[in-house]
Amino acid sequence: MGERMHDIRLSVNGVPHAATVPARRLLSDCLRHDLGLTGTHVGCEHGVCGACTVLVDGRPARSCLMLAVGAEGHELTTVEGLADPGGPLHPVQQAFRECHGLQCGFCTPGFLTLIAAYLEEHPDPTEAEAREAVAGNLCRCTGYTNIVAAVLRAAELRRAGPAAVPEPAVPAEERP
Amino acid sequence: MKPPAFDYHAPETLAEAVRVLAETAPHGSVLAGGQSLIPLLNMRLAAPRHVVDITRVPGLDRVGTGTGGVTVGALVRHTDLAADPAAAEAVPLLRQGLRLVAHPVIRNRGTTVGSIAHADPSAEMAAALALLGGEVRVANAAGTRTIAAADLFTGYLETSLERGELITAAFFPAQGPATGSAFAEVARRHGDYAVCGVAALVALDPDLRITGAKAAYLSMGPTPAVLDLTEAVAGLVPAHGPVAPGDSDRYAAAGDLAAARTGPDAAADIHATAEYRTHLARVLTVRALREAGAHAVSRATERAAAGAGRA
Repeated sequence: MGERMHDIRLSVNGVPHAATVPARRLLSDCLRHDLGLTGTHVGCEHGVCGACTVLVDGRPARSCLMLAVGAEGHELTTVEGLADPGGPLHPVQQAFRECHGLQCGFCTPGFLTLIAAYLEEHPDPTEAEAREAVAGNLCRCTGYTNIVAAVLRAAELRRAGPAAVPEPAVPAEERP
Repeated sequence: MKPPAFDYHAPETLAEAVRVLAETAPHGSVLAGGQSLIPLLNMRLAAPRHVVDITRVPGLDRVGTGTGGVTVGALVRHTDLAADPAAAEAVPLLRQGLRLVAHPVIRNRGTTVGSIAHADPSAEMAAALALLGGEVRVANAAGTRTIAAADLFTGYLETSLERGELITAAFFPAQGPATGSAFAEVARRHGDYAVCGVAALVALDPDLRITGAKAAYLSMGPTPAVLDLTEAVAGLVPAHGPVAPGDSDRYAAAGDLAAARTGPDAAADIHATAEYRTHLARVLTVRALREAGAHAVSRATERAAAGAGRA
């Protein structure tokens, strides 16, 4: 007997998507495999590591602890939705770049989405608050010092406004 | 890993939800926030044939605060309960415990009632319900019923819910104006399950002397144990600062009592030996009682000041 499939409609980064999935399809897998949005990473797949964090109606959530069929009717934001393609980086992305907040990059999408939402509600965190804010996400490269620094730098960039976020610098050898 | 296959049901009314649960019992699991059920599915520790997603059922997403206490609907997420000012005023223990429930990202999805229904003895909200003597409202095919917290938790991840029943709300009785509360716990890492946790409730008379003291214990046995510690600390006047030497012996006696009563049920696992858990129960009892006492004094004096202001 084949598994019953469900036709679902998801709104991801403001774009409507349709997919046909079994009920057991995790949102994380649906984003990656059905919608091709591979920016969301899957680490532990039981809610501990935070690599798969996306925003559900603006709030961070573990996409590995949600069923795709349960995500209908909600606005989802993945790491791909933080900045426009070709546009300036999101302040959190810019801050990670400046502060060397990533090493292997596997945990980074989860941190970026988490911190982007956190700063919406806490625009001026202390160092201790920034550390607590990221405490639920794991970085196996253990680059936490720079990640915490990036939270504070991102808050600074946000407060300074869009003008303070420079265009991504293109290395000289890559210029046409 | 990935969840095993199941049939998915998304009822749109409470009656339909209860009917589906009755029809599929005992092979149906209720899905609300999913922060307990989906990890169990992913790790294949649970393989229900049916999953009944109740998130589309209207009317279950409300927090109602009255003079009697706080009623929390089955779809209220931890984050939203913690943000509710009326609930925090009526039952301060809620906010005190909610900040210790996993991480904010988990609290954004997880529901307070779901945590209670899951009946993990490490769960802060199950302990809070037990400590306050609350109850849950249950719907079934025949109608509704109420289960007192004392009768709800029957074992590790086990409740007295019958097959096909759904908890629609949890009721937390209001803490009195001269009643303080506190949560103290030790976890291996920030946001992890408590190796041991203590929720305490202290009531004062008008002279700010302790007339009642109770504590509930997390991770100290298969269910949240509740102890009456009044005998050990009755008559003491809680202080914010250092405790007088005579009082300190009384608090220590409360800690010893807690260790003696909860220690025999404490289990060893990879996180802690039973002896270490018992030690934590002793130490955290003193810490939670003192904090709850100080909180009670603050609440009683704020209340008195507010009363004087009106007079």
